[in-house]
Amino acid sequence: MIPPLVHLAAEEAQNPLIPEIPELVIGLIAFAIVFFVLGKKLLPNINNVLEQRREAIEGGIEKAEAARIEAQSVLEQYKAQLAEARHEAARLRQEAQEQGAVLIAEMRAEGQRQREEIIAAGHTQLDADRKVAASVLRQDVGKLATDLAGKLVGESLEDHARQSRVIDRFLDDLEEKAEATR
Amino acid sequence: MSSAKMLAFETDCHIFEGCGFPTPGLHSFLFKPMFTVGGIEFNKPILLAALSTIIVIGFFWAAFRKPEIVPGKLQMIGEAGYDFVRRGVVYETIGKREGEKYVPLMVSLFFFIWIMNLWAIIPLAQFPVTSVIAFPAGLAALVYILWVSLTFKRHGFIGGWKNITGYDRSLGPVFPMVMFFEFLSNLFIRPFTHAVRLFANMFAGHVLLLIFTIGTWYLLNGIGMAYSAVSFLMVIVMTVFELFIQALQAYVFILLSCSYIQGALAEHH
Repeated sequence: MIPPLVHLAAEEAQNPLIPEIPELVIGLIAFAIVFFVLGKKLLPNINNVLEQRREAIEGGIEKAEAARIEAQSVLEQYKAQLAEARHEAARLRQEAQEQGAVLIAEMRAEGQRQREEIIAAGHTQLDADRKVAASVLRQDVGKLATDLAGKLVGESLEDHARQSRVIDRFLDDLEEKAEATR
Repeated sequence: MSSAKMLAFETDCHIFEGCGFPTPGLHSFLFKPMFTVGGIEFNKPILLAALSTIIVIGFFWAAFRKPEIVPGKLQMIGEAGYDFVRRGVVYETIGKREGEKYVPLMVSLFFFIWIMNLWAIIPLAQFPVTSVIAFPAGLAALVYILWVSLTFKRHGFIGGWKNITGYDRSLGPVFPMVMFFEFLSNLFIRPFTHAVRLFANMFAGHVLLLIFTIGTWYLLNGIGMAYSAVSFLMVIVMTVFELFIQALQAYVFILLSCSYIQGALAEHH
């Protein structure tokens, strides 16, 4: 690489700040070619691809976003449904409890009523029986007493009116005594 | 030129052999034409610039010719570079809405300049194309024409001048002076510094590399060998450093370009 130096060392060194026209022109042409090929063909090429890539990436992001939103809405629906179902179940339980309570109350009331009816019927029956027994007893006792009295007095007390009046009076006395002792 | 000076460039000479250190200088940036096509002399920088074109287009062709939504390795690297310029530089300075238009220009500028810089440390090439002022000057001129025309297109003739001169009455009596300096700075100094920043960095980097490589060879004699080793170590260090500077300067170039365009599009301050 040295021989050119040797050759030129003998020449007057030029001012290094003055451009040589051929070099200037060729330098500009060399640059123009670079600029033309890059600017017209290669850089638009890569810009297209960069744009496509950006769109692809943004498309992917949009898709993911859409999927996320859908998943979110499905989750919310599911949660709402779950809450509704829980609510419904609680409501049913409550209703059942209330219904059960009503039923129990009703049955209790019914039982009470039936019991009272039975008791009332018993009382009525008892009263009736007592009355029948009393009247039967009264007749029997009256007869026995009349017979006994007839025997004791030796006198026939066949006058019915008197007879019954005396017996009745006697029995009334008995009854009053019984009432008083009760 | 004296014969003593010529002697200095005898490349097989080492220290203590009666020859001087073959100092690199401006002559290191001048190349004999290799061949001539249509009156244009093709030298090493021109060929490397042409190669840079082929490499940048070749790489992006391979990476972006049939891009896929799921990228391959090469496309991924290409996209990383593209995204770095687009998002990291253009969107950051001009903004997404107005900047999109200038992304292809900035991507082309960044990779073209970077590859031209990168030749400095590629074996056999070993010359940064951008250390020849014509190349950065051409690109800086391109950006200059772009932002100046954008200024007038956006703000009209009067508004454009107000933008360029930083017209601001609220500055009070100093505002004519401010306008003068803004005018000078924006319209004349700015394109010069834009080109020279890149040129000078690469020029200096190349000189540094030359000094240490030539030094390593020159010192390779007797006790000089110890110094030669140090010099060689410096070659390695400077190579790594240059690798960083090359990318950084390409980045700075497009960052400034974006900032100029942004200034042209912005409301005048």
